[in-house]
Amino acid sequence: MNAPGRAGVAAHARIAAAPGGALPVLRSEAPLALRRTRAAGPWAQVAVVGAMSAPLGGDRLRLTADVAAGAALRVGSAAATLALPGRAPSEPATYDIALAVGEGGELRWLPEPVISVRGSELHTTTRVDLAAGARLVLREEQVLGRAGEEPGRLRARLTVRRDGRPLFDQQLAFGPGTPGWDGGAVLGGHRAVGQLLVVDPRLADAPAEARSLGGTAVLTPLAGPAALVTAVADDALALRRLLERGAGYLCRTR
Amino acid sequence: MSTAALLLIADGRFPAGGHAHSGGMEAAIRAGRVTGPATLAAFCSGRLHTAGLTAAALAAAACGGCDPCDLDEAADARTPSPALRATARRLGRQLLRAARATWPAPHLDAVAAEHPGGLHQPVVLGLAARAVGLAPRDAALAAAHEAAGGPAFAAVRLLGLDPFDATAVLARLAPDLDRVADRATAAAAAVPRHGTDALPAASAPLLDITAEAHATWPVRLFAS
Repeated sequence: MNAPGRAGVAAHARIAAAPGGALPVLRSEAPLALRRTRAAGPWAQVAVVGAMSAPLGGDRLRLTADVAAGAALRVGSAAATLALPGRAPSEPATYDIALAVGEGGELRWLPEPVISVRGSELHTTTRVDLAAGARLVLREEQVLGRAGEEPGRLRARLTVRRDGRPLFDQQLAFGPGTPGWDGGAVLGGHRAVGQLLVVDPRLADAPAEARSLGGTAVLTPLAGPAALVTAVADDALALRRLLERGAGYLCRTR
Repeated sequence: MSTAALLLIADGRFPAGGHAHSGGMEAAIRAGRVTGPATLAAFCSGRLHTAGLTAAALAAAACGGCDPCDLDEAADARTPSPALRATARRLGRQLLRAARATWPAPHLDAVAAEHPGGLHQPVVLGLAARAVGLAPRDAALAAAHEAAGGPAFAAVRLLGLDPFDATAVLARLAPDLDRVADRATAAAAAVPRHGTDALPAASAPLLDITAEAHATWPVRLFAS
């Protein structure tokens, strides 16, 4: 499927996790390379190693992960994903992620940040379908421009459904041509933005308490057994610290 | 009757409680993010194209006859802040009370009976618009107008800003209001076929982040 050229690359990588740490499907497709890494106990662990040089303008990338009932999968990435202008800068790159977790299954989706480079345009969609008794930890971080650089255009939609009903739906859009993106309602001059979403049936009985994390971050209970840490920061490091601080409060309440 | 009804429902003096809310402006001013006309314009534009677009699409969908329960659930999924969910429901109850008193309609009475806890305000706005014979785009435009206008007029009170400057900011946003209303109406028209996932979910991180802290301020001029 790797067909470079003006139209860009189309690639679809797949992961399927089964109970006991098994990975019945682990299919890479350039530039998305998947590597199994060591993990303890019931967990299967996968690193996405090849996304560094992609996505370029015009690329169409897809990543699918299915976590079977009772299985546990952790997915990370080896480095940040750089959104680059590429050969067809007038065409956006797309990166579509589809995640599904069965009854009693758990997914930890913890990639490194997406960095939106000047002149790039990337549209990401992340669609998560959870069984009623599934657990999820999902982190999403966006960095707007490399150090001192203007960002490209970035649009990210995250849709999470639980037991077939909407639980969380959010679209973020930043960069040149996006009205008001840098103003006081949206980013207020910050260049890193991210969130950590935790879905756990146990939060139905013991919901997280809303908590302000110093001016630019907040931990909030969603309208369902889930909690979200939302943060903006000056850079990726400060952003990660805020998300981890929020996660710390969640661990204590769980 | 419809144009006159639209003017009434979109008027800040319509007794639905909206004047007590700043749409995040009070927190933005305290944080030094809005200090004058230029930063006001960026704030209002950002709110219009995020929370405003999302609200406008919910209003258009409700006006077009989509199921209010599904829309309210979609609104919850698009509102991660519990303070903002509570505000949206409070404003929804106030608007429903005002609309039922102004334009008695059996389907508004039924909504009140079925949802004692209230629905998100944009959903109620759409239902009220439907009751007076407005079109989905009218409901979207009213929601968009409120999304930009609420914080602008709050800034006049909070900053002592020249009202002419604030109104000029809104006048320059007029073409954006039309575009947002168009996009919202088109998205709402796709709900019967594709469900509420077809609705925009545009959001503004700082509005969500600051809402929780603002709700706990001991002294504040606005409720949100």
